[in-house]
Amino acid sequence: MKIESRLRVAGLTFERGERRILDAVGVELISGNVTAVLGPNGAGKSTLLGCMAGLLRPSHGTVELDGAQVTAIAADERARRIAFLPQIPEISWPVDVATLVALGRIPYRHRTSHAENEAAVRRAMHATRTTQWSQRTVTTLSGGERARVLLARVLAGESDWILADEPFAGLDPAHQFEAADLLRSLAAQGRGVVLTIHDLALAARIADRVIVLHRGKVVADDTPEAALSPPTLREVYGIDAQWFSVRERGAPLIAIHGRHVG
Amino acid sequence: MTTRRWIMPSLLIVVVLLAVASIAVGRIVLDWNAWLSQDAIGRTILLELRLPRALLGVAIGAALGLTGAALQGYLRNPLADPGTLGISSLAAFGAVLSIFFGAADLHPWVLPSSGVAGAILGMAALFLLAGMTASPLTLILAGVILSSLGAAGIALVLSLSPSPWAAGEIVRWLLGALADRSLDDLFISVPLIVVGALLILTSRRALDALTLGEVGARSLGIDLGRAQRQLAGGIGLVVGASVAVSGIIGFVGLVVPHLLRPLVGSKPSALLVPSAVGGAALVLAGDVIVRLLPGGSEVQLGVVMSLIGAPFFFALLYSIRRQVT
Repeated sequence: MKIESRLRVAGLTFERGERRILDAVGVELISGNVTAVLGPNGAGKSTLLGCMAGLLRPSHGTVELDGAQVTAIAADERARRIAFLPQIPEISWPVDVATLVALGRIPYRHRTSHAENEAAVRRAMHATRTTQWSQRTVTTLSGGERARVLLARVLAGESDWILADEPFAGLDPAHQFEAADLLRSLAAQGRGVVLTIHDLALAARIADRVIVLHRGKVVADDTPEAALSPPTLREVYGIDAQWFSVRERGAPLIAIHGRHVG
Repeated sequence: MTTRRWIMPSLLIVVVLLAVASIAVGRIVLDWNAWLSQDAIGRTILLELRLPRALLGVAIGAALGLTGAALQGYLRNPLADPGTLGISSLAAFGAVLSIFFGAADLHPWVLPSSGVAGAILGMAALFLLAGMTASPLTLILAGVILSSLGAAGIALVLSLSPSPWAAGEIVRWLLGALADRSLDDLFISVPLIVVGALLILTSRRALDALTLGEVGARSLGIDLGRAQRQLAGGIGLVVGASVAVSGIIGFVGLVVPHLLRPLVGSKPSALLVPSAVGGAALVLAGDVIVRLLPGGSEVQLGVVMSLIGAPFFFALLYSIRRQVT
């Protein structure tokens, strides 16, 4: 399966009351890549993802999925093409893991058979290594286990695009790498993966492309090493950092020295 | 999940048995011969009193169980119930208004329609007050406001009522009962309940998706505005029609989904139909019990349900409070 899909954001401005959260953001994403959106708290990362997923209506500008306005696509079709993992995922009822993952098939309603839906759920649980918990109640899972189950829920939709708002929050380093490798393998299958992340080193390891947001504007959009250049990091985060030419498993290494003084 | 397979057949068997008991039990105990005999009194009791009463028990119980499960699923809160949230109270106010202004005598459909109007207004007010992501506290406060509003409206109408006899009748009906209802009551309420139930059942995917919260549900392609309208209409029809016939029978919608969750799981859509069947069983059982209690006159069903339900509500709230703190 090779997907060829484009998500184009043009002149995107999002205002809430007097506050301008996104200011004329323009990026074009192509499936088959992992794009990481970085920036300080309040930079507009979650809002950008929400607009891309068609869940937030921008004040100005457009988000187009393969030429169609994302807010104009029928809600269930949009949901079949773009899966979204919220930053603070809610689980309201103590359902079992298999039931929770199967919620990812809701956008398919009567379009696919029960067997197809079950197969998709099984694949998603296999990929996230959550199969062994299928009968467990979600409330009995640890934070990291729950994050993997929620990722399985997103995968069950088998969408072209996966937008994940801080998918690694609350995961230990080993599970962060595991989830990162999983998202990379999805991109290798041709899906588009967009995620927000705070960990610079992990962003450098996972992303093909990094978009840095600062006060609602795109200040860098390039390879991780180029986008997260020391001057940009100083401007955006007020920190001193340094890249090493040594590559660790293909990814460049970054060292953060601390807050910028001066 | 072996338990889940036998739970529905078992519940249905319980409902059938209780319905038979409801037909047989009363001041005069009917036996099988009454079905067959040409005895005019026996037949009259059977067809005009007991049968409507048992069937209404099924319909009203199912209505209350279903709306409780739907409200809990939508609001993602195990304390939700048309009674505790004041929906029943506003439905009763609507019905009482139509009696007060004499409109209820114009046509048999006026009373239930007024009940439905009250309940739908109540649902709209609830959604405005509590919104989608209400904390248990906000939700209960919204319920307190709506219940007080309904109660105050009813009290006002009663105090303005010209005849004490009519006021007494209204109060008796409000207490909630299935006694002395006719087949006509059944024919008027059941279609409204069925239409409302279908509206509720069509929003079952939205209820499931809401397990992932509002954002999660929208990202799954759910139109929450539409789900809200369907549920307001559906719950309004079901609660309005039941209250118009039986008065306020509280706590059924609160107790039944809570009892069934360990047996059928917490997935909101999986809980809807079992809660309807369970509600029918609970109301039938209560209605059999009120007729078996000793004493000169029958205790009102609504009173018995509240006596069981209020301590249950207390225990539920207490256990939630302990989880939070």
